[in-house]
Amino acid sequence: MPTRTVTVGSAVGLHARPAALIAAAASEYDADITLAKPGEEPVDAASALLIMTLGAQQGDTVEVAGEDPAAIDAIADLIARDLDA
Amino acid sequence: MTTTSNTLRGTPVVPGVAYGPVARVSTEIPLSAVDAYGLRPPGDPEELLAEYDSAVGMVTDSLHARSVNASGSAAEVLVATAALARDKGLRRAVRKRLEAGDPLLTAVSGAVGEFTALFTRAGGLMAERVTDLEDIGRRITARIVGVEEPGLVLPAEPGVLVAEDLAPADTAGLDPVRVLALVTERGGPTSHTAIIARQLGLPCVVGASGVTSIADGTRVLVDAASGTIESEPDETHANRRVVQDRAWRERLATWSGPARTADGAAVKLLANVADGRSARAAAPTPVQGAGLFRTELCFLGRETEPDVETQAAIYAEVLTSFDAGRTVVIRTLDAGSDKPIPYATSAGEDNPALGVRGLRLSFGNPGLLERQLDAVALAAATTGTSPWVMAPMVATVDEAAGFAARVRSRGLIAGIMVETPAAALLADRILEAVDFVSIGTNDLTQYAMAADRLAADLAHLTDPWQPAVLRLVAMTAEAGRRLGKPVGVCGEAAADPLLAAVLVGLGVTSLSMAPAAVPAVGVQLESVTVEECREAAENVLEAVDPQEAREFARAVLTPS
Repeated sequence: MPTRTVTVGSAVGLHARPAALIAAAASEYDADITLAKPGEEPVDAASALLIMTLGAQQGDTVEVAGEDPAAIDAIADLIARDLDA
Repeated sequence: MTTTSNTLRGTPVVPGVAYGPVARVSTEIPLSAVDAYGLRPPGDPEELLAEYDSAVGMVTDSLHARSVNASGSAAEVLVATAALARDKGLRRAVRKRLEAGDPLLTAVSGAVGEFTALFTRAGGLMAERVTDLEDIGRRITARIVGVEEPGLVLPAEPGVLVAEDLAPADTAGLDPVRVLALVTERGGPTSHTAIIARQLGLPCVVGASGVTSIADGTRVLVDAASGTIESEPDETHANRRVVQDRAWRERLATWSGPARTADGAAVKLLANVADGRSARAAAPTPVQGAGLFRTELCFLGRETEPDVETQAAIYAEVLTSFDAGRTVVIRTLDAGSDKPIPYATSAGEDNPALGVRGLRLSFGNPGLLERQLDAVALAAATTGTSPWVMAPMVATVDEAAGFAARVRSRGLIAGIMVETPAAALLADRILEAVDFVSIGTNDLTQYAMAADRLAADLAHLTDPWQPAVLRLVAMTAEAGRRLGKPVGVCGEAAADPLLAAVLVGLGVTSLSMAPAAVPAVGVQLESVTVEECREAAENVLEAVDPQEAREFARAVLTPS
């Protein structure tokens, strides 16, 4: 399955607002997208609550996986940006 | 200030004084409705999930409807709450419980509980989202049992709103005319209660343990600058405090700088900035420049070091934000410890706060600093400005002299941060080697007191009013005075109006802070003379602890 590894860009980590924006974007795609911290269980990228349970901080790496490469790129790019700005 | 057994304490969020009756916010759903619903026979999981979806639909519809009539961040909060109600992860947890045979209400509270337990365990920012989730759970439950969503009912008489914590959907659209202050039992400085209070300018104290046990209607005096809630205070005293506070806030609103003491001595107030955006926001405020441009934000979140041209473009953005005649003080990369940067810092130090951070990064990797100084010089040349440049985490005269040589070889003005007690003790020798120093009170306090800044249990030690810290500041300022060189302060201490006046009395020549803190410091300085600042400073140096230091300062610097 296609996977991309990105570094979290948001100053607050994947918290409230960044998580909500990512979940909203992931919901736009039909194919499932998952996020995981290396070595941990992946979670559904379309759920802000599940994204927050990752506890990913700014600078942490996150793996984005799914069947749709375009969706993976879109979500990975979002994660890399500072969404709280 | 009188502190009695009637006084509770919390974390101050928005300063201000309020006096009025307690109005408790209750968010309970009528038990009778829950009981009546609970009597229904359990159904098929698919049907129950459809019932859940329809309840969620009603919740999101009503939140969206309210958001249309709300403005700005209130609308955003309502839309965000609606999105959370529709969350796929929450729905999946509900479905799993329904399939396991749970009744619908049990499944909803169980699913919400799953997440709140996780968030509570994670602590910090995560724990502050627990209130949002519980609020969503209550709203969905209310719709399922067929009653109105619980919410905030404002009291008829303006009062002090007291709650466990206010949910975002409650605070959105809060009418500030009917609320004198917000006080919550739980929640931290980044909770929604705090965000909304800041936006509305309502005095606010959060995390005031015990406050929800104050009976409805009890008159309380809330001092949201010191974070105290006093029950049934002396009425005359309470009313006088409110009037004084109002006058103070009126002066704040109209203060336009530049900062001067009552006897006309100019004090340089500067802004802390982190990038072009914050510099542009600070530039129109009454500051005389930027006293601390933290460059690490330009480096954080990047996989590789930005090249000289990229760095120069970022620095130039900040330099051009301030017109000629205003100073910009650039701090070189302060990575390490709590601010790791992958290509610059080494992970796995046993004691990172005492490890390779700040200027120490250049010991093993001088190129990083050289390139940053090249970039600053390039930015200075292209913008036609002359920024001041300072290094963080300096502990020896040699380090200061070496850094100054590198900076001056590029035609820039050189300084260092005084963050280690070593630098304060050697301030006279260091100031011979550099053009200026700036005291970083947060780190200076941490290192002088040997107490981690982030350790909540040691907050009484990591207080910049600690006499030991103030004596180190005094030594540094005295060295600057003797050599005729500027000594600034750029830690949180500079943003505390009372302490700012003490710092001026100690001989500090500039104060750099978050732009929002500038008017309060300006108004405080305007109300005192240099002589009073000096007297307060002398007294404070003789204090035995931070409480006494504050009392000594207040005695000289605030009107009785």
